[in-house]
Amino acid sequence: MKKEDVPQDLSSLGKITTEICYATDESGKYTTQQSRGWDVKIDALDVTWENVEKRMKEATEKMEKGEVSPLLYFMEKNVMDLAILSAYTGFWKWRIRRHLKPGVFGKLSDKALRKYAEVFNSTVEELKTMNIHA
Amino acid sequence: MHSAFKHIQAAHCESGVTNSLLRNAGIQQMTEPLAFGIGSGLFFVYVPFLKINGGPAIAFRSFPGIIFKQTCQSLGIPVTRKKFSSREAAQAFLDQCLAEDRAVGCQVGVYYLPYFPKEYRFHFNAHNLIVYEKEKDHYFVSDPIMETVASMSEYELERVRFAKGALAPRGQIYYPSIPRGKTIDDATMKQAIRNGIKKNVFNMLHIPGPIAGVKGIGFTGRRIKKWRDGLGLTKAGLYLAQLVRMQEEIGTGGGGFRYIYAAFLQEAYAFHPIDELQLMSAEFTRAGDRWRDSAVQAAGIYKGRLGSQADFDVMGDYLLEIAAMEKKAFTVLSKIKWH
Repeated sequence: MKKEDVPQDLSSLGKITTEICYATDESGKYTTQQSRGWDVKIDALDVTWENVEKRMKEATEKMEKGEVSPLLYFMEKNVMDLAILSAYTGFWKWRIRRHLKPGVFGKLSDKALRKYAEVFNSTVEELKTMNIHA
Repeated sequence: MHSAFKHIQAAHCESGVTNSLLRNAGIQQMTEPLAFGIGSGLFFVYVPFLKINGGPAIAFRSFPGIIFKQTCQSLGIPVTRKKFSSREAAQAFLDQCLAEDRAVGCQVGVYYLPYFPKEYRFHFNAHNLIVYEKEKDHYFVSDPIMETVASMSEYELERVRFAKGALAPRGQIYYPSIPRGKTIDDATMKQAIRNGIKKNVFNMLHIPGPIAGVKGIGFTGRRIKKWRDGLGLTKAGLYLAQLVRMQEEIGTGGGGFRYIYAAFLQEAYAFHPIDELQLMSAEFTRAGDRWRDSAVQAAGIYKGRLGSQADFDVMGDYLLEIAAMEKKAFTVLSKIKWH
């Protein structure tokens, strides 16, 4: 890739920092060129997060039907599966699976809720009410 | 006390950390492409039975830790690397290093990395950064892919050092033990470059099985042609988006690390004036360009502009073509008569 062909499409990272790309100058010699982003990459990130949002929406719908607890929504929001959530919280996977049931979740201790809230960068209040700020 | 550490921005986190730690310790000839090439950083692997964030597990570079380890070893520099089970011990060791004015590399997860934009925070645990100074309860962090340094609280740094999931860093910390004033002579550099290329040839051409090296690229190309019918258009699009992210996202230098490798071969030519190095540098530039063309094709699919089986065939054929190009290039490199 030639230096002048390095894309400069502003990405969310580009607002914070440019990235270094290796590219060639007029004589074919390698040099570095700062880039602010590339549409192809921005789209790849966008479709990935759109998919996460779709899964969050599905989790909300299931919750409203009383099929799952709010936990599923927060797992989707944080792109966590059972294995990762279990590793962060220290809860066994089967315990988390139980916490996904609305009835069990409703009786969770404050201590357990605080643990989840920390991992989700959230608050106990938000976990209980699903009123999410930010 | 203020550290004299100088932040150096890089394309890839691990070659960047390696370059930066060595340069700051006085190894003046070091550059990021040299660290990448001596560390045999170029790779390809697609592990079909493994899933990462619900998508395919594809890597364009060698296993985390290899670049630093191999670069230092090839240059005759001893390496210290530690993992911890206790968070307190991990912090105590880090604080001790910083008190001795020693900058250290840390493997971290990016999910809770505070200075990364939210869009980039996945559960990816093989990121590398340098911690070079502590002031009260704040650490100063030189992340090679960022333009400037950042500051993190004790809690924030502990959280990313003890990220969980695949490749959990477990507080991993590493640094080169270089005596003050040590220099590396050209003979050592030449030998290290040669060694790096030979190992990279092995990794790309001779690893048994169909999923790694140039065979892995062809394997992935053939798989992609089946993704449309096998996975459905939406999921196939998400898979391709993941492929492109691994290939082009921050920390790759573009073109799935192929441009950094091409830059390395040019720099290698300055040490070994062998024409094949220049010629193959141009070949890896072409391979990088082809990877980029394939990313544009993939974007057409995941954005919904394209979607027929013919479009997937074009995508797969790009990878088959790249596999042939890189096979040829590494074969030429493998036959070099070193002086």
